[in-house]
Amino acid sequence: MTAPTSTRAGGPAASRSAPGRTRGEGAFRYLATGAGILVLVIMAAIAVFLVVEAVPALRANEGDFLTEVIWDPNGSHTFGIAALAFGTVLSSLLALVMAVPVAVGVALFISHYAPRRLAAALGYVIDLLAAVPSVVYGLWGIVFLVPFITGPEGFLNEYFGWIPLFAGESVAGRSMFTASVILAVMILPIIAAISREVFLQVPKSHEEAALALGATRWEMIRMAVLPFGRPGVISAAMLGLGRAMGETIAVALILPATFGISFQILTAQGNSIAANIANGFGEATPIGRGALIASGLVLFAITMVMNMAARLVVARRKEYSGAGA
Amino acid sequence: MSKQITVSGLDAYYGSHKAIEDVSMTIEPRSVTAFIGPSGCGKSTFLRTLNRMHEVIPGARVEGKVLLDGVDLYGSGVEPVSVRRSIGMVFQRPNPFPTMSIYENVAAGLRLNRRMPRSQTDEVVEESLRGANLWNEVKDRLNKPGAGLSGGQQQRLCIARAIAVKPQVLLMDEPCSALDPISTLAIEDLITKLKQEYTIVIVTHNMQQAARISDRTAFFNLAAQGQPGKVIEMDVTTRMFTSPSEKATEDYITGRFG
Repeated sequence: MTAPTSTRAGGPAASRSAPGRTRGEGAFRYLATGAGILVLVIMAAIAVFLVVEAVPALRANEGDFLTEVIWDPNGSHTFGIAALAFGTVLSSLLALVMAVPVAVGVALFISHYAPRRLAAALGYVIDLLAAVPSVVYGLWGIVFLVPFITGPEGFLNEYFGWIPLFAGESVAGRSMFTASVILAVMILPIIAAISREVFLQVPKSHEEAALALGATRWEMIRMAVLPFGRPGVISAAMLGLGRAMGETIAVALILPATFGISFQILTAQGNSIAANIANGFGEATPIGRGALIASGLVLFAITMVMNMAARLVVARRKEYSGAGA
Repeated sequence: MSKQITVSGLDAYYGSHKAIEDVSMTIEPRSVTAFIGPSGCGKSTFLRTLNRMHEVIPGARVEGKVLLDGVDLYGSGVEPVSVRRSIGMVFQRPNPFPTMSIYENVAAGLRLNRRMPRSQTDEVVEESLRGANLWNEVKDRLNKPGAGLSGGQQQRLCIARAIAVKPQVLLMDEPCSALDPISTLAIEDLITKLKQEYTIVIVTHNMQQAARISDRTAFFNLAAQGQPGKVIEMDVTTRMFTSPSEKATEDYITGRFG
């Protein structure tokens, strides 16, 4: 069955219409190369624009941009990224810690435990969740979660207050913890959806190898499915992290927009780069706008560093990836 | 170490499709039993019913009895997991775990449900790799990925992994069909050696192979496409290949069909 097809693709046909084929080949190559270059040009143009806009503000800055925890570019021309960057990274990492285990569990349930019909329905719901606009999550957060969460927060504060993260005088609904929970809910569908796809790609022969050794279903998952899916789950988590760090509206609605660096996630404080841009852009002076754009560049840099770190983790065990098998 | 299998009145289904019908046979310990027959006649399906791997496929089920030294593998209260621990399996395509090293692959079965000190694991891994005639080739690179070995070495790695848990029976589903002749010879030598200790059942498409290594041979066939496969004849291998009692067996062995 395959023999005639391969002859047609590589043999006589190739020489028969050689000029026409070559023209098509060339056109396609220029199209693809052009598209690739276009992306790079757009990226570069954005970067140049951002830097040009940011430099005057950075020149006018009275404080140290990297370490200052005040943000007052409009009045005293003193601003620094430290508190904002800290808030962005902390809330996103907390969200990741909450979301990844649940998302992997959901993905495993869909790929390996649920009956086929339930799995299909659940998969569909997860995809839908991923498409909900973030402002809806933000509204849900401010209307429902903020009043509700003080209960669980009080519990954590009272019994686990000896852990620095849960320490603090009093708990508040508008806290880093709440923001992290919202972010976790937001990034969970995308991580679960990608992980599910990866888990479904695990070759049947690897699963059968584990079962034939007398593995239970969970042991089979630990032996064959999770190791095979690990790079994919890491990539999914990085996509989720990127989304969490760039999330604007939901976080801006919830965080009280304070400036400061504190690990007490249950108390009424916290801010993030993206939320600060959304809150401040309206009434910003030219210097203020430049300062916000500079903060955007920092967000861009943090995202890039995180992604490169994840790539390193994946690449380190490349020879064990199973891509060759 | 090695046990007798007695099958009586076994049917296997994929959903509503009956793949094999009314198979009964006795498989002797410390011997090699070969299953031959045309593609799609249910040899592999039958092999997979012997360690309850058949039911892993959604919708697949089995009726009938498989006795391992008198204990029904399909009896109530028998866990498929414990059945598979005592009846090992080697598959058609070598399938070492790609995320594990050679050492970890062999130790994979040992680490299920058991805590074993490192020194003892080392011992079993070496013993199993020696048992699979692979030790000399891999002893200097135990921590390298198993997927980096050649196809024949990978298959012997899979055999080492299967015998590391000390099964009673070893099932092999066309273990050489993806290998070159030299690797095939290595596996055949290994099978001849392993039968001193294990009950071995092998499915093969290669009749010379069945003739070379097996003590008894069963010929499977189906009446027509879509009909369930059946055992046509089972006998001592030499007799099967010289004077089979069924016409169909003779036709198949002499290459007149199939």
